Amino acid sequence: MPKKNVKTHLKPGRYFMQGDEACAEGAVAAGCSFFAGYPITPASEIMETIVRRFEEEKRVFIQMEDEIASMGAIVGAAWTGAKSMTATSGPGFSLKMENLGYAIMTETPCVVVDVQRVGPSTGQATRTAQGDLMQARWGTHGEHTIIALSPWSVEEAFYETIRAFNLAEQFRTPVIILMEEATGHLREVVSVPETIDVINRVEEGEGSPFGGKEPLDAVPPMPRFGTGHRLLVTGSTHNPDGYRKTQDRLTQENLLNHLRDKIEGHKKEIVEYEEYFTEDAETLLISFGFAARAALKAVKEARKKGMKAGLLRLKTVWPMPTERFAALAAQAERIIVPEMNYGQLRGEVERYTAGKRVIGVNRADGEVITPESILKAMEEGGAK
Amino acid sequence: MAYKVTVRENWCKGCYICISLCPKNVFEKAGLIDDRGIIVSKAVRPEDCIGCQMCADHCPDLAITVEKEDE
Amino acid sequence: MKQEYLKYIRENVFPSTFCPGCGHGILLNAFVSALGELNYDQDNLVLVSGIGCGGWIASPHMNTDTLHTTHGRAIPFAIGVKMANPKLKVVVISGDGDLTTIGGNHLIHAARRRIPITVICGNNNIYGMTGGQASATTPVGARTMTTPLGNDYLPFDLVKLVKGAGGDHVYRFTAFHAMQMKKAFKEALQRDEFSFFDIITGCPVQYGRRNDLRDPAKMIQWMKEESVLYTGEYHDDKIMVGKF
Repeated sequence: MPKKNVKTHLKPGRYFMQGDEACAEGAVAAGCSFFAGYPITPASEIMETIVRRFEEEKRVFIQMEDEIASMGAIVGAAWTGAKSMTATSGPGFSLKMENLGYAIMTETPCVVVDVQRVGPSTGQATRTAQGDLMQARWGTHGEHTIIALSPWSVEEAFYETIRAFNLAEQFRTPVIILMEEATGHLREVVSVPETIDVINRVEEGEGSPFGGKEPLDAVPPMPRFGTGHRLLVTGSTHNPDGYRKTQDRLTQENLLNHLRDKIEGHKKEIVEYEEYFTEDAETLLISFGFAARAALKAVKEARKKGMKAGLLRLKTVWPMPTERFAALAAQAERIIVPEMNYGQLRGEVERYTAGKRVIGVNRADGEVITPESILKAMEEGGAK
Repeated sequence: MAYKVTVRENWCKGCYICISLCPKNVFEKAGLIDDRGIIVSKAVRPEDCIGCQMCADHCPDLAITVEKEDE
Repeated sequence: MKQEYLKYIRENVFPSTFCPGCGHGILLNAFVSALGELNYDQDNLVLVSGIGCGGWIASPHMNTDTLHTTHGRAIPFAIGVKMANPKLKVVVISGDGDLTTIGGNHLIHAARRRIPITVICGNNNIYGMTGGQASATTPVGARTMTTPLGNDYLPFDLVKLVKGAGGDHVYRFTAFHAMQMKKAFKEALQRDEFSFFDIITGCPVQYGRRNDLRDPAKMIQWMKEESVLYTGEYHDDKIMVGKF
């Protein structure tokens, strides 16, 4: 997919900013031209930064009457060719699910940020959690596939937001950015480059505007409204031309397989992760987001003590690098999964690591996981 | 003024709103049930049509066209 | 339908999926005729709809860009389209269950904010597609699947609701008023401001069957008899039609 090298809207250099701000700046840099949002702690600062920037850059911002409406608005805008985004937290993420499914079904590129806070329900608005991992994968009903990214630093909030837009455009899918309140409200340095690479969707091309024809993993062109294509966009099961086919078994199967293969068939281009000291790791840590920061510290402390510990840190959380789980697990004696929930990542790791001992380090009380607690779990698990 | 009244029979669903609204009794139910199971409406007296367009405007199936004969 | 206006519809999906005598079909007819009479640019028109029979008026019958969305949410999607590309003419066409019951909140905010879209409500006072349940516009006493002994709740008067919310161009017509409806659609199509239409369409099968109006022709007659043109005095016991 051709990339375009564009100048960022900020002067290159080091900036000290909040995670939420960095996310918004990343969106602006990536070319986000439409944002619809609703106030919610701890994501409102993303909207606030967008409002400021969009006024300067003359792009379209609208505060909608609720979270459902903001999700709908960004999908509508995307069909006029806009790169669109919304940002929320748990309660709003729950509300957005139906329209998120609509975006998946209609292959609409857009970015949805969830700055995770303590749940369930109203929970603790200003405290951090990672309780929405499974919701990001399965929150909307029906069989479907999704891409979700997990930045672990303020700087990554900038770069992963750019990557989210690029993936959305490349694969014509909504992309979720799962941040934590801890990152959203943290201030760190972001190095902003002079230029970045952006991907723009293919608007004109051979073929129908929706998938379902062979090859099923190909991404169809996405024309915009108002260009004479007389598009039929619908959330009902549809054939590649957009006609509703709610009684046809084969149309549904082809469409669903396309939606899956479009992403699963391109994992190499979507799945990103980092490894620290995994070459000879007997104690393997697997983590994501803010918890992974503590995990890395724990691994470094463990190595000082002579333990052969390593960390696999997920940058893309959905789809997961399941082959890498299996490969690294093969050499490990134990796997430790620290996360700020009660075992959502752990379940996936267990699935793909063939009976290896998997130990969770869990908390969902609004506090960040500490390196000490992870180290303790490693030692209690037999790491020497 | 003569009018041509056309009913697109495969679009007609036999609701008979046209029969009810026509001021000149141009339409009648067909004598036979068609193979969709519908007794369609037929313009049997188009010579009486005054071109009021009530039928064409109110057909839920867009099945009726009323046009001046010399067009 | 005039031959020259057929370009605005997808003939390959006719005969339509509507029941015989469906008032939504009459609304479709009037809308297509309005476009035809204006020789409207069908490539600068986006029709947004929700779930229900009303949502199927535009999609797939209309040969324009169509956006068939989630239940009750046509208006927010439409707002996204319009605000992202203000040059497009955006018209929402959906039912009373969709637009005013589940979607009521979006309707009043769109009116309040005077978003420059046209909203046409195919109001048949019922949730037709799902088998005939009561909606926010089901009249008191009407029998529906969920109000078998007669509905107790007062319905919305959509004209009053939307005007109260701030709508400036608010109309009501019934399916009987096909010609007046068409004229009013033409006004709204040429105006880049918020317009709202309460179109009493009528559902002979789900509503009519339970309320002694099963015959489509009888239902149209009933609309004709119960309507009064609005000239300044509003009668709550009549169907007031016209511009408000």
